[in-house]
Amino acid sequence: MGAILHDLVFDYTLRTVALGSAVLGLASGALGALAMLRRQSLLGDVISHAALPGVALAFLLTGSKAPLALVAGAGVAGWVATLAVGGIVRASRVKSDAALGLALSVFFGAGLVLLTFIQRRPDAAQAGLDKFLFGQAATLLAADVATMAALAAVALAALAVLWKEFKLLAFDPDFAAILGYPTRRLDVLLTTLLVVAIATGLQTVGVVLMSAMIVAPAAAARQWTDRLGRMVPLAGLLGALAGVAGAVLSSTTARLSTGPVIVLCATAIVLVSLGFAPRRGLAWQALRQERARRRLRSETVLIDLYRLAAQHERPADVAHARAVLRAMGTGAGSRRALADLEARGLVRRAGRDDWSLTPAGVAAARAHLAGRDDAEVAS
Amino acid sequence: MTAPQLEIQAIAVVTAIACAMPGVFLVLRRMAMLSDAISHSILLGIVLAFFATRDLTSPWLVFAAAVTGVATVSLVELLQRTGRVREDAAIGLVFPALFSAGVILISRHAGGVHLDTDAVLMGELAFAPFDRLVVAGRDVGPRALWMMGGILALNGLLTAVFHKELKLATFDAGLAAALGFAPAAVHYGLMSVVSLTAVGAFDAVGAILVVALMIGPPAAAYLLTDRLSAMIGLSALLGAVAAVAGYWVAHALDASLAGCMAVMTGALFALALLLAPERGLLVAARRRQRQRWDFALAMLAIHLAQHEGQPDEHVECLPDHLSDHLRWAPDFAARVVDLARRRDLVVERAGLLALTEAGRDLARAAMVR
Repeated sequence: MGAILHDLVFDYTLRTVALGSAVLGLASGALGALAMLRRQSLLGDVISHAALPGVALAFLLTGSKAPLALVAGAGVAGWVATLAVGGIVRASRVKSDAALGLALSVFFGAGLVLLTFIQRRPDAAQAGLDKFLFGQAATLLAADVATMAALAAVALAALAVLWKEFKLLAFDPDFAAILGYPTRRLDVLLTTLLVVAIATGLQTVGVVLMSAMIVAPAAAARQWTDRLGRMVPLAGLLGALAGVAGAVLSSTTARLSTGPVIVLCATAIVLVSLGFAPRRGLAWQALRQERARRRLRSETVLIDLYRLAAQHERPADVAHARAVLRAMGTGAGSRRALADLEARGLVRRAGRDDWSLTPAGVAAARAHLAGRDDAEVAS
Repeated sequence: MTAPQLEIQAIAVVTAIACAMPGVFLVLRRMAMLSDAISHSILLGIVLAFFATRDLTSPWLVFAAAVTGVATVSLVELLQRTGRVREDAAIGLVFPALFSAGVILISRHAGGVHLDTDAVLMGELAFAPFDRLVVAGRDVGPRALWMMGGILALNGLLTAVFHKELKLATFDAGLAAALGFAPAAVHYGLMSVVSLTAVGAFDAVGAILVVALMIGPPAAAYLLTDRLSAMIGLSALLGAVAAVAGYWVAHALDASLAGCMAVMTGALFALALLLAPERGLLVAARRRQRQRWDFALAMLAIHLAQHEGQPDEHVECLPDHLSDHLRWAPDFAARVVDLARRRDLVVERAGLLALTEAGRDLARAAMVR
């Protein structure tokens, strides 16, 4: 652990990789949160796949692997694909899922065609372009990270400046339109920011898996808070965490593409969040349900016992066998329910498996029934 | 054309038709993106089965991959049912995770084996003819052709036998459930078929072309017809055309086969979008244009019918007055009058416009409507 920390600070490669992955996680997490709320999770998949022809074309045109050129190519291609999806949905009866899938596969196919052209070029500079498929963070240079950081900073700054507008657009676009905001232009701008965020991560995560970096941090952050103002930074933070963890893991192991490792880290974060986030966590939900079930069961047993005892003159003195309670429909769990009630001092054991109410139990059952009658009258 | 060329095209056409059949139902049920998810995540099943059997030709690979495909769909539904994430996000969470696990397993353990991640996405259609199926010492053709032929036959059979169930569950799931058709069974049956088709096609043509062939031709056919059986037939035809056209484009450019075929499905969809007989963008634009002129003619006829024989006739029925009264640009007004005259709706009498009998009929019809 200490060695990794030491390397994170002093080892050039690891530092660069970790910084680059943190930047990509931050940008894609923050902008992915808005995309997820706008039900555009799969648009990220399309944009990242569609980036491939852009990257290839930029390389064919400029002949350089300078990140800015490739990111620009990726951005333009992703943007065109987004517009194509929107255009198809608006102009025809083809639904958005088919439009997304079509744009994704056709653009990626075009990218494969362009890649075959690149592979035929004699210069060796093409080596490394296929890294765009699955990402290879180890090839990151400090200059690349600086470019990515600048792009991400611009995108995040735009997000901060137009925060109110984007928030409105995400939750109630019709209201935004009524208030006179240029929703169409804001929509295009927000999508453009998403495209920028995706383009910055292509070199590290690769086009195939970049979509997960849009969805996973957002889905994880959503579990921890109901406020957009907290969710967006948290998604950025979780994205950065997944990025750094994945990059460190993959760079300390041989023959491991960075993209898949980062994605699995992000998935792990999602699973933890789904399970254990306060309030929304599935574990707490299961616990709450179990507690409620237990309480309900012991109340049923209490009432049943009272109904039996009320046939007699002095309810607290008569005991009934658990078998009777079972026959009344309490069924499984009556033993545990009786133990719970005994612990609360509402029933006491009168024989081997016979039970009677304590005076406190009689009072509690009466109070309960009175409350229930009130509720029934009220409803 | 050489024998391998013919065989490659045959494999591609058979694959395209096999993909089109489940694809139609995916597109109609708005689940097209599940084909993307399934075609990626089956990689994990293939890798796991490979580690278990150490044999790339084992039928267990196909079985395991198909199971993974169905498991992907169940996982997406499970996530969705927790109510914590929506369907699109659930899809976006599940398949990258499974695909990543597959990629990592390959790069960590299967280093020397013929199983690499680029081929998963792009396929190796060009090499498919060299992988022959030998039965009892006789070469009966490329293995991929037999594989996809078998899947095509299965898909055709299932689509024919369960046509009614699929149709009902697709267009009215509520009614299907009420009539006892078990839409859930139909759903999972369809997902199994999609998975199986994706697995079979994946080795030959790659994941991306599977997605393109499952979505592109059905989406194009959706624009061309309103009948389910016609849509299935058209999808198969368009898929086959895309496969053959893609092959020859790739041949001419010396480029990726799968890539060119995927692009051709996009090109066919674009053509359908533009030229479809009823829903095409060109037809729609022409219809709008015609409606604009028809509307203008009706306005002109109504206007003249209102003022004919009235005291203000000498002003209102002047051709030059139309641009004032109807707020038409002068040259547009002139063209409308010209068109009306050519269609014998109006005549000019002593410098004033007058309706003919046909023009009066048009005005009356327009006002009643």
